Amino acid sequence: MTPVPDIDRIMPEVILTLTGVAVMLIDASLAARRSRRWLGWIAAMGTTLALWASLWQISLPEGTGFFDTVETSTFTVFFHVLICGIVLVALLLSLDTLPANSHHQGEYYALVVFGAVGMCLLTGAVELLVVFIALEISSISTYVLAGYRKQTGRGPESAIKYFLLGSFATAFLLYGIALIFGATGTTQVYQIAILAPANENHALIVAALAMMLVGIFFKVSAAPFHVWTPDVYEGAPSPVVALLSTGPKVAAFALLLRVVYEMLPSLRTLWAPLLWVAAVLSMTVGNLAALRQQNVKRMLAYSSIAHAGYLLAAFAGIGDLGIAAASFYAAAYAAMNVGVFAVITLVSGYDEKLPLIDDYRGLIYRAPLLGSLLIFFLISLIGIPFTGGFFGKFYSFTAAMSPMNGSAVALVIIGLLNSGIAAAYYLRLAVVAAQPAAPSAAGAAPAKPEIGIAVGAALLLAVAATLVLGIKPGATLHAAQSGAHTLQAPAPGVQSSPLSPIIQATPQAAQ
Amino acid sequence: MHALDQSILTLILLVPLAGAILVAILPDRGKAPNWLALIVTLFSFVLTLHLPAHFAPGMKGFQFEIDRAWIADPLISYHVGVDGLSLWLVVLTGLLGPVGVLASWNAITARRKVYYSLFLVQQTAMYGVFVSLNLIIYYGFWELSLVPMAILIAMYGRKNGPKAALKFFLFTFIPSALLLVGILWLYARTGTFDYVNLQIYLAHDTLPARALFWVALAFLAAFAVKVPVFPLHGWLGDAFSEAPVALAMVIAGKLGLYSLLRFHVELFPVQARHIAPLMIALAVIGVLYGACLALVQRDFWKVLAFGAVSHFSLVVLAIYGLAPAAWNGAVYQILSLGIVEGGMFVLLGVLDTRYGTSQIAAYGGLAAKLPRTASYFVIASLTMIGLPLLSGFVGEFVILSNTFTDVSRGWAVAAALGTILSAGYMLSLVQRLFYGPESTMAASKPASDLRFNELAALTPLVVLMLVLGVAPSYWFRTMKDGLQPEATQASPMHSAAQSPDSLPVSVHTEGQP
Repeated sequence: MTPVPDIDRIMPEVILTLTGVAVMLIDASLAARRSRRWLGWIAAMGTTLALWASLWQISLPEGTGFFDTVETSTFTVFFHVLICGIVLVALLLSLDTLPANSHHQGEYYALVVFGAVGMCLLTGAVELLVVFIALEISSISTYVLAGYRKQTGRGPESAIKYFLLGSFATAFLLYGIALIFGATGTTQVYQIAILAPANENHALIVAALAMMLVGIFFKVSAAPFHVWTPDVYEGAPSPVVALLSTGPKVAAFALLLRVVYEMLPSLRTLWAPLLWVAAVLSMTVGNLAALRQQNVKRMLAYSSIAHAGYLLAAFAGIGDLGIAAASFYAAAYAAMNVGVFAVITLVSGYDEKLPLIDDYRGLIYRAPLLGSLLIFFLISLIGIPFTGGFFGKFYSFTAAMSPMNGSAVALVIIGLLNSGIAAAYYLRLAVVAAQPAAPSAAGAAPAKPEIGIAVGAALLLAVAATLVLGIKPGATLHAAQSGAHTLQAPAPGVQSSPLSPIIQATPQAAQ
Repeated sequence: MHALDQSILTLILLVPLAGAILVAILPDRGKAPNWLALIVTLFSFVLTLHLPAHFAPGMKGFQFEIDRAWIADPLISYHVGVDGLSLWLVVLTGLLGPVGVLASWNAITARRKVYYSLFLVQQTAMYGVFVSLNLIIYYGFWELSLVPMAILIAMYGRKNGPKAALKFFLFTFIPSALLLVGILWLYARTGTFDYVNLQIYLAHDTLPARALFWVALAFLAAFAVKVPVFPLHGWLGDAFSEAPVALAMVIAGKLGLYSLLRFHVELFPVQARHIAPLMIALAVIGVLYGACLALVQRDFWKVLAFGAVSHFSLVVLAIYGLAPAAWNGAVYQILSLGIVEGGMFVLLGVLDTRYGTSQIAAYGGLAAKLPRTASYFVIASLTMIGLPLLSGFVGEFVILSNTFTDVSRGWAVAAALGTILSAGYMLSLVQRLFYGPESTMAASKPASDLRFNELAALTPLVVLMLVLGVAPSYWFRTMKDGLQPEATQASPMHSAAQSPDSLPVSVHTEGQP
């Protein structure tokens, strides 16, 4: 068999980088007055191409390139496709909602694409230094994007908060990498997986794991490292939040899966309780805080913290079951969350004239399509069956239930009660949108938002993904399961159980 | 076998859904959504009639079964089927479809498209609950039934819709979360979501009893809220006064009662037996409590709500008496209540929309002005009270007589008191609304008796009240076989749990009078 050229292993990243560079160069060479909107279409096309390249990578034999630093496997392809999809929706959304006279449109699109490079690389990297570089590429792009509305006070505040706290978190991650290098003498994930169990510097590895978890928890906005989330989301432009609340999080979850399931499965007894606590805290803190919010974006920020908790619950699952459930949840969460932020962007506009929940009163009469879509995405976020949100939760909690001990059952009970609490605030927004507008405010009612082609395509993608994941989740779940298998398989000497304990325990019951 | 047998249930599920999509796509012009919804619901009603026409009463197990893999891992199959228990409930749901559309015909004037498409989604969800034989599919439809209901209450509520919608949703959604925990736990232990497999599995009793007790309790709690059983009825009053008539008539009762029988008593027979004494006590308290509160209400929706609590509790009593003969009465009573409540809601909805108030004190002497409304109302009230030769009597009689002989005389007598009280509040409602001196409010508004659409909605219901009352044996014949298989394990509460030295109880399968 001929070896796979290294470049094929990072084809989506290469395409995205070239797109980003092209967008930047064209932007610089255009006259200042020329419209730069079409650069967004170039970025969108490049992302589509990268998405296609990710799908093409499935035909490559599973393996690594560039001296064992990047991997292609079903797992990486799954997350590449997911991230490219998210970025594509975010770009389409931005195309129609960024103000036409903005001077920095070219930069904006380039930054989004560069961010995508980092996120994609993060899911494929199997070398901790590459992981760190990928994380930085994606973070720095998003720091800048968060402050894109610099004419308002909140924009720079959002960016600076995100940047300062994010840098701290990344420093923790880097420190963790340094410690693990100190203990094992390598930063290659497979090597660490082999060396870690028998290592005499156990304390060092434990410390490294803790440091890395802090960094990753920050990126996925899991409690107690979540405090930046509402402020940043409130200040950043809505289309950026659509990206920010999904793309980097999904990538960071992929990293978390790699770290705990592939790199340090031997420390399961250590990280499983930590993730359990983080899951419970995130769900509870996120939902309780969201109940009290008046600002829609802050409410959704807390809701995204809660969703990080539901996703973390999947990590209680053993082996493939947990990985597949977490991957599936990431996809379902991304689809519905990017969708809800797309609707919010359209309703309140780029300059956010309508930030509060009460401003959504009568939305369904003013803009029937947007109103129905908002309610649809909220229903999915609640987790009503036949939407992606339901199956996400369903798989996550099925996985969490699999160890069959008391703490697993407790986690599921806490999680599902939390989804009951969550229903209250999602429903509050849905009910407000379904109420007739107060007659006194009718004169000041904002104009009906227009839905352009690009944004229409973005919404269509999000709705289709949410529905497909809810009605026909089989294909995605299968992909997630094969991905889960490849995440564990390559490291020799790692104990992995390809069959879930349930199936082994009761072969006669499963017909 | 009929050619349709293999696909009839799928058709029943899909027709309203397709109708909902059609209503949503087509333009909202005049009464077009009304007509479309009427045609769709009538068509799906006709489809449901296929079930009793081709139902084989002697057969055990489920009929018209469809079992196809939907998701491979974890295995979730699209498994649907009906037996004697669910058969008539499906037909009832089908019947209440066109009745609901006709009842909403003039009441819903704005945004008809949204209303009728959500109404049709609600129909699909309810059919789904009754025919699902896979716990995840069942849970899916169960949850799905909350959404259109909550949105419609919020959008079309009379005064305080959003609050009632939120209350309804949270009251029913949070216990459902526990239900899902229970389902997932069962799956983690047994590896299956299939109802039939689970029933076999649980019958072999290999699971830890303590954990199973909690699982059964989670199932019970979710259903008891939906019924609602006595201390969990907080949401009902608001929902009854706010929900549009067509939805209020299906919001309580049959979904929860059916689920109690199918997914609690039949799935967890041992656990149900343990908790039965508590449920019987709660049921009898509910019968009396509901009736007493109904006596003192000033708002007729509240009278109906507490009356419903009382009547539903009687069915709960029959279910947890664990006497199969009383179960026949329970199913019969669920059907009868579905019809009577449907009629009541339409009639009271007529009054509320014509006169704009639900305060009983504002009414009086309407019988002369609205003779047809009055006579329909009297028939419905008498059915609700349980007058012989009307459908309410049969169910109540079977339940009470079997409770008396098989379960406990004391509880039966106490519950019978509740049915006497029901005569009190229903007749006093009739008297205060329709007789006596004409109130100033009634005099100030022009008289307008039942319109054609309202008559079309009510007449089939009233005819059924009579038919079900006069000829119950036809219905019992199909029902009792559906409830038969469990008769081997289930013996009445009284003989098994309370006094083992009592006479061996004969199973009264010929429970009809």
